[in-house]
Amino acid sequence: MISKSNIGSANTFGLARLVRLVNPVMRLGFLAIAGFATLAHASYDVNIPPPATGIASEIYDLHLYILIICVIIFVLVFGAMFYSVFKFRKSQGAKADVNFHESTLIEIIWTVIPFIILIVMAIPATKTVLAMKDTSNPDLTIKVVGYQWGWQYEYQQDGLSFYSSLATPWSQVGQPGVPASEPKGQNYLLEVDNPMVVPVGKKVRLLITSNDVLHGWYVPTLGVNQYGIPGFIKDSWFKVEKAGTYKGQCSQICGKLHGYMPITVVAKDPADYAAWVKEAKGKFAIKSDASVAADTPPKVAAIVDEPGKKWTLGELKQAGESLYAANCAACHQADGKGNPAMKAKALDGSPVVIGAKSSQIAILLKGRPGTLMAGFDRLSDVELAAVSTYARNSWGNKTGDMVLPADIKAARK
Amino acid sequence: MTATTHTADHADEHHDHKPYGLSRWLFTTNHKDIGTMYLLFGLLMAIVGGFLSLGIRAELFMPGLQILQPETFNSFMTLHGLIMVFGAVMPVFVGFANWLIPMQIGAADMAFPRMNNWSFWMLPPAAILLAASFFVEGGAIQSGWTLYPPLFTQSGIAGDMTILAVHILGASSIMGSINIVTTVLNLRAPGMTLMKMPLFVWTWLITAYLLIAVMPVLAGAVTMLLTDRHFGTSFFNAAGGGDPTMFMHIFWFFGHPEVYIIILPAFGIVSQIIPAFSRKPLFGYASMVYATASIAILSFIVWGHHMFTVGMPAAGQLFFMYATMLIAVPTGVKVFNWIATMWRGSLTFETPMLWALGFLFMFTMGGFTGLVLAITPVDITLHNSYYVVAHFHYTMVAGASFAIFGGVYYWWPKWTGKMYNESAGKLHFWWTTIGFNLTFFPQHFLGLAGMPRRIPDYALQFAEWNMISSIGAFFLAAGQIFFMITLYMSYKSGQPAKDKQWEGADSLEWTHLPSPAPYHTFEVQPVLK
Ligand code: HEC
Ligand SMILES: [Cu+2]
Repeated sequence: MISKSNIGSANTFGLARLVRLVNPVMRLGFLAIAGFATLAHASYDVNIPPPATGIASEIYDLHLYILIICVIIFVLVFGAMFYSVFKFRKSQGAKADVNFHESTLIEIIWTVIPFIILIVMAIPATKTVLAMKDTSNPDLTIKVVGYQWGWQYEYQQDGLSFYSSLATPWSQVGQPGVPASEPKGQNYLLEVDNPMVVPVGKKVRLLITSNDVLHGWYVPTLGVNQYGIPGFIKDSWFKVEKAGTYKGQCSQICGKLHGYMPITVVAKDPADYAAWVKEAKGKFAIKSDASVAADTPPKVAAIVDEPGKKWTLGELKQAGESLYAANCAACHQADGKGNPAMKAKALDGSPVVIGAKSSQIAILLKGRPGTLMAGFDRLSDVELAAVSTYARNSWGNKTGDMVLPADIKAARK
Repeated sequence: MTATTHTADHADEHHDHKPYGLSRWLFTTNHKDIGTMYLLFGLLMAIVGGFLSLGIRAELFMPGLQILQPETFNSFMTLHGLIMVFGAVMPVFVGFANWLIPMQIGAADMAFPRMNNWSFWMLPPAAILLAASFFVEGGAIQSGWTLYPPLFTQSGIAGDMTILAVHILGASSIMGSINIVTTVLNLRAPGMTLMKMPLFVWTWLITAYLLIAVMPVLAGAVTMLLTDRHFGTSFFNAAGGGDPTMFMHIFWFFGHPEVYIIILPAFGIVSQIIPAFSRKPLFGYASMVYATASIAILSFIVWGHHMFTVGMPAAGQLFFMYATMLIAVPTGVKVFNWIATMWRGSLTFETPMLWALGFLFMFTMGGFTGLVLAITPVDITLHNSYYVVAHFHYTMVAGASFAIFGGVYYWWPKWTGKMYNESAGKLHFWWTTIGFNLTFFPQHFLGLAGMPRRIPDYALQFAEWNMISSIGAFFLAAGQIFFMITLYMSYKSGQPAKDKQWEGADSLEWTHLPSPAPYHTFEVQPVLK
């Protein structure tokens, strides 16, 4: 950690600086114990990686500060234990002093002293808690939505919205019984297709939520670890001090591909950031209201079923169009051609869409596990009927038939 | 503890009569039989849970997927946790309670012997439900033992099987606890005042209250999951006005006391062993009792430290941080008292004492990493990382399990009337200690470096420590096979044990009863001064 920049040390405290000096020594110690120091390229890191924000830096110091206090207490207490173990052995003629078994004074002393030590620990910790919670006056706000299994970032000020998911090819992962067909790359499982890009030196506020289950947006070097909770928005913030790439992963188990949900944040100098925004507008601009897309909760056009209502193809398709725009276009695109970056297949011409009605209904209700295609069973029967009908009768698809709410109801069983 | 004499009154023929064969075990109301069944059941579950953990560690031996599909990995990880907590550690401690509480307070049996039988026999169906859930469509649940919705809600039929199993296990625990509380409060021998009870009895009394308080909370939480899944309620579903965070609050309101439910009886065992091998009374007996009670009470107001990353307000984070740190005070008092017990003692280091010292040393390490995690900002960077995995295995394995091993060696002569092989016991201790640290110490580093828990595959920077950890796990497991062989050999052909096998032991089972303890004991209560 010698290379660690001095970020944030202005608001750290004396002892922490001292402990930073001790750190490399500690690390060497562990290495020596492990005895593996000679292995090339191996990573035997024993501490939090170098922090990149003021908060992460405070956390880093806080951890070492607490750790050092703990180690000192540990050595003292277990010094006493080992002293007893060697000094008071029966085999060396030690006689038990059976009267030494009660002392109110001693009990009070060893209740009060730890209490004081705890206060000493709590003071700097409290300061950091308050700083971490202060999300006021951000320079930039990014909405983060967790999906099974990827992230969506929405830059409200810059009008950008895009998905970010694992870029490591599955051929590097392998399968039980089937070895990986490609060697694992340097950034195995820590690389994404579209990283979150942020400007250096600006306070970035994250609004974190989820589209399905709990996720955790966790980038240790930025000092952020915050659950995304479906239906609720929680916030957090960071301010990166130095241009660079910072990596993390989903921290809360979210199903099958929880381990394959990395996070990458690229911090750029403001000028480079501006250039990136410009370029990104071409790809990721939030175009119309419709393609605000897969926003949570999805913007659903009002369509309600009335018992006994006779739907017409036109009605369903019309309602389906806006539902499709709100719920599906983000991935499958308005033209139904799909998006290879997200492995979202084309719906235009897809046998699943134009084949038996049940095949599309099934995937709409259940999703396809292991892909970004989540189930949409939260939509109502009539909404699902509308969007299916739309897909079967748009672009090149011309089945000319309707999927009725009753079909969906039956499929839900 | 002078008192009436013993042993002789059990020579009486009809005292040791008991049914034979299967019906002895099915219908028994004898606390010793039931204790034995709890212990063996716990052992069996520990083998199953251990097998699952080896699956996990084998998959994590190196990056990439080699033997488990990610969803199977998740099931293994989840069931490892559930089985070890509810199937292994808790029943084993109840086994200890059944065997020892009546003997230590001079009672003939538990207060409700039939209920005792029933609370044991509820366990196997629950275990079968959990094990069978692996084989139903969709496989066992994958949400982690914390069962957080909405992920849990996505489970297949295994979700309902798990809910049912948790209900049964909870009911069994509640019945067992009521039995313990009633026994301790009503069946003590004349002269055995509360403040004369062995500390093991005290810790179980307090644990039983904890169980009665929090098991119904868990039952409520899983029932809400069930109705959310099948009856259209939305307790934890935001779309229907519910809140997934509420589940976490309820779960951890149960879950934090639960960790003390697991560790307090361990404290009790260690508080029996250390004085016995120091040949000195426990230092600060009264303060040990008060410390145990304070830990239990504090355990109800710290649950939020499992939820620092949920996004609670600063006031909430600070409250839970301070409350959690406070627990270090009574826990520290306990550690200091144990060491003071050894101070100016006359120490010997038979196998049980080694385990107790191993417990003391490594449980305290787990305690310190707990203190590190109590510091909210530090927790935020370590939450759900391997650091947490390391932390709670230091408390659960080096804590609870080391105490269990120590207790088994300590009371084995009393239970079976046979001595185990000392050298084998000591070898088992060192084997386990090395294996344990090899497995779990590196996980601190993984967590600090940012490796999330509950992942089947990981980035290359985590490879080295993971490999060491996996090697350690297999080494650790092999040591436990050695343990089973050691006990089996002792059971078959061990030397006969003395009535008072340990010179410094002073509780009733040692001072008043022969080894092995007869089937019925203390039908006439001893009178203590
Ligand atoms: C988060 C991105 C995402 C959203 C939103 C989404 N999908 Fe998908 N969808 C996918 C992906 C990825 C696949 C490919 C799954 C696979 O690899 O099998 C897919 C596959 C499908 C398929 C099967 C195509 C085939 O040929 O196998 C259908 C049909 C489909 N989606 C319909 C929809 C509809 C209708 C909606 C809106 C209600 C929708 N999807 C919303 C990502 C998405
Ligand atoms: Cu996730």
